[in-house]
Amino acid sequence: MKTSTTRFTLSALSLAIMGLAQSGSADTLRLLTWGGYAPENVIDMFEAETGHTVEVTKSNNEEMIAKLRATGGGGFDLAQPSQDRIAGPQMEFGIYKPIDVSKLDQSLFIPSMLSATMANTTVDGAVYGVPHVWGTSGLVLNTAMAGSVKDYTDLCNDDVAGKVSYRLKRPTLIGFAFAMGMDPFAAYGDEAAYTEMMGKVEEKLISCKANVKAYWGGGDELMGLMRSGEAVASMAWDTGGWKLNADNPDITFVAPASGALGWIDTFVLPAKGKADDAAYAWINFVMQPKIAAMITEAAGNFTASKGADEFASADLKARYQASFPPEAVDNIKWYPPVPAGLEAIEGGVLDRVKAAN
Amino acid sequence: MTPDLAPDLNCARLTKRFGDTLAVDDVSFDVPPGSFFSILGPSGCGKTTIMRMIAGFLDPSSGDIRIKGRSMAGVPPNKRPVNMVFQHLALFPMMNIADNIGYGLRRQGLGKAEIARKVDAALERIGLPGIGARKVDELSGGQKQRVAIARCMVLEPDVLLLDEPLGALDLKLREHMKVELKALQAAFDTTFVYITHDQSEALVMSDQIAVMNNGVFEQVGSARDLYYRPDTAFVAGFVGDANRWQGRITAVNGEAMQIETDSGLTLRGARHGRSLNVGDRAEVFVRPEAIRIAGTPEDLQHFDNRITGTVTSLLFNGAASRILVRDTAGEEIEVTLPQSGEYAALSRGDAVHIGWSGDQGNCFPAGAA
Amino acid sequence: MRAEAKLGFILLLTPLLLWLTLLIFIPHVDMFLVSLRERVGVGKHDTSLANYRTFLTEPLYLWTFLRTAVMSVVATAITLIIAFPVSYYIAKIAKGRLQSALFLLCLIPFYVSELVRTFGWMILLRETGLVSNLLLWAGLADQPVEMLYNDAAIMVGLVYTSMLFMVVPLVTTLESLDDSVIEAGYDLGGTGFSVLREIVIPHAAPGIVSGCIVVFMLSLGNYLTPTMLGGKDSLWFTELIYSQFIVRFNWELGAAFGFMLLFLSSLIVWGMLKITGQTLEKTMG
Ligand SMILES: Nc1ncnc2c1ncn2[C@@H]1O[C@H](COP(=O)(O)OP(=O)(O)O)[C@@H](O)[C@H]1O
Ligand SMILES: [Mg+2]
Repeated sequence: MKTSTTRFTLSALSLAIMGLAQSGSADTLRLLTWGGYAPENVIDMFEAETGHTVEVTKSNNEEMIAKLRATGGGGFDLAQPSQDRIAGPQMEFGIYKPIDVSKLDQSLFIPSMLSATMANTTVDGAVYGVPHVWGTSGLVLNTAMAGSVKDYTDLCNDDVAGKVSYRLKRPTLIGFAFAMGMDPFAAYGDEAAYTEMMGKVEEKLISCKANVKAYWGGGDELMGLMRSGEAVASMAWDTGGWKLNADNPDITFVAPASGALGWIDTFVLPAKGKADDAAYAWINFVMQPKIAAMITEAAGNFTASKGADEFASADLKARYQASFPPEAVDNIKWYPPVPAGLEAIEGGVLDRVKAAN
Repeated sequence: MTPDLAPDLNCARLTKRFGDTLAVDDVSFDVPPGSFFSILGPSGCGKTTIMRMIAGFLDPSSGDIRIKGRSMAGVPPNKRPVNMVFQHLALFPMMNIADNIGYGLRRQGLGKAEIARKVDAALERIGLPGIGARKVDELSGGQKQRVAIARCMVLEPDVLLLDEPLGALDLKLREHMKVELKALQAAFDTTFVYITHDQSEALVMSDQIAVMNNGVFEQVGSARDLYYRPDTAFVAGFVGDANRWQGRITAVNGEAMQIETDSGLTLRGARHGRSLNVGDRAEVFVRPEAIRIAGTPEDLQHFDNRITGTVTSLLFNGAASRILVRDTAGEEIEVTLPQSGEYAALSRGDAVHIGWSGDQGNCFPAGAA
Repeated sequence: MRAEAKLGFILLLTPLLLWLTLLIFIPHVDMFLVSLRERVGVGKHDTSLANYRTFLTEPLYLWTFLRTAVMSVVATAITLIIAFPVSYYIAKIAKGRLQSALFLLCLIPFYVSELVRTFGWMILLRETGLVSNLLLWAGLADQPVEMLYNDAAIMVGLVYTSMLFMVVPLVTTLESLDDSVIEAGYDLGGTGFSVLREIVIPHAAPGIVSGCIVVFMLSLGNYLTPTMLGGKDSLWFTELIYSQFIVRFNWELGAAFGFMLLFLSSLIVWGMLKITGQTLEKTMG
């Protein structure tokens, strides 16, 4: 019964908590974000410059949306879900409010990324998100022991049997679909086609299950598996691979043949946010190239800040270039917005894979 | 039929130590078949320890226990032909009365029908027919008592051990159960070993009583022996009531002797074969009923102990009424009133004369108890 | 005077009632209402039993529940079998300092969070973990042994986590059993086994039942232990609920699952009580 929560009590509770929090200072920015996206040194600088205070809650996509949904978009002033998870939840639950782009210094953003994100997060003519951090997911391999793995489907090869790990989540379904020669993004709008496609992926994942050591849940778990050598091939984020590479040169991130999956984490304003000014101030602050480089250092991923690459560390750049030859960059598949209700189809697939023997 | 001369229970040089404490010290006794044997002693003197050794819950430090001639060394409790009625009865609260009584029979592997028959017979025996289906806590204290005994008796043990089984009952019920226990023992015709700290229980029921103190048996004998012929000062003081004086012996003449008490009285007593010499410290015990009352000193001429005093208290108790008389030395002496009722009119402050024969003054070497 | 007493009574009762209604009753009613909603379009819902139908018609969900229930029952049974002698020793044989020390020992795992406890097991059982290395070192295995990510690992974790909740009620009831009652059992010819069966276990039945109920419910509702130790095949019902609520944004189905869990687990407990001839009142009494 632990997981049973209800909108009523949660909103009652959060109202009470918000009341308490608000009474003190109106300039507290409650930030719902990923680990590494708001490092201490950046917060200190921001607080010193603007006088606002920042409270950080670390989370992930699903939890962010679940939290905001539980409170009807309250409890936080700024959140950072991925750009493909904005339009759908907004239509379904109405948990965000439009962003007034005029309050942002648009010159700080890489223009192509800004316009793509704004287009992807537009609902009924209003823009809901602007880009912040971007990266890819693909293969993290121990190249000495998993030489045969070039694409997601190669994780089912015999030579890595029992030494494979991936997440039982939607990126895995999408990645396998691409590797199997299909285009799931094109089928997003067609429920029947998508269902059929997922059916094939399901079959593949079930037949591949014996190869899997464990489905990883958190980044630390994956790190542990790869470091100890219990897993030699996995699906993961680029940063995870680069971090492991620093410890063990054999392990690194590899863009799969069918293309790495590109994601962009954004800034959105929760519907009941109370400190919009502080939120805009934060966005403008962290998009400055030098600050953005500090975030890149902490998070391991590059940002949509124009010119920040210059300040990024040489190590990181070298790893990035090793993983992404130019043709691989062009081959990145950027997630389009997830239509509402798609998760139900994927959920059924994931449940059945989990249950299969 | 030749009489079975072997005792049902024989304990030889039984000793039990708990670390440094010597709970039972070299105790030997025999209990003849069919008799009611009591161990009487103050709390903590080692009674329960003896009983638990007989039942098999404790191993003796040394010595041997034989039941019907068979040594019990190494025999576990569930294999001994003795059963025990526990101080708090220890009926099984999770079973009804019939199951309680039938428990031991089930362990013996008897058939259901036979168990039921035996249980019914036992309930009949203890005067509680038809209560088999009741729960333990639906019975009164006396009924539980009888069930606890029946639970043991259906197994027809050679010896039944009872550890202060009346301790938890109220006074009235206790008086009643004393008589009943004796009757049950006669009815079952089994050897009972009964332990108690209450002398009246032991005196009323027992064929033989062992008086125990500090782990040793002070005296074993019939109630009459213990009462009238105590071997030790402890027994004289513990069994029955007695007035007691301490003093120094001033003259010895055969069995008779004279003692000067610490309070300044000169009393005559008898040593009943104990070795006492002039100058020894001694203790004299005189039973309240051995003392006579008279209106004039002349009526007490034939007694060699005579004291004049005043009545300080009247202890009315029907036929066993007593008075307390303060003597010239300021001590109070307990005296039983004659049953004829001739002194029933005495009141506080009245002057009385009391006297007793020197033969009734039981002398023991002092410091022995 | 009477009115005052009544007021005092109401004041005393208010926090409890508030707690019950605000945190137990209202959420459940609300959750029940959520479970009755069916998504028919973007942001549109109808009232229907569709979510319950999904649960009952999708063999996967039923199977997951069944598996969770059976594993929980087994975990409860194993916990009982291990905890009973331990409790008996603590309650009846150990004395004084040893007794409290042993009791404390059962408590120690609860000084750290469940997460840390589970990680502890993972460190021990994983392929590159302590046990595996020990076996290699001792020559009992010629290659690393994976002991994690299977049902046995889940079982170990569940039993370990549940031990205290079984030991406490057992020790309490066993302590209330008079030593002389056990001795009487032997005195009247009982063997160790028959005393255990006819005297000790019937006496401890309320403790056994309440311990089993608590452990069963805790195992059934556990999330961390089965998911972390069970790995790719863990398949625990709470995992389904969690993913419906958090990953799929499908509160409606999640709420229905939650209610089915509540209902079915109550049914199982009721059935077990019936089978063993116990009642809840006896257990509480
Ligand atoms: N298990 C034991 N451990 C240590 N000492 C004990 C134990 N049982 C009894 N004793 C000691 O032995 C002595 C006799 O005890 P017990 O036989 O119970 O006396 P009673 O039954 O006459 O009151 C007491 O001093 C008691 O403290
Ligand atoms: Mg005793």
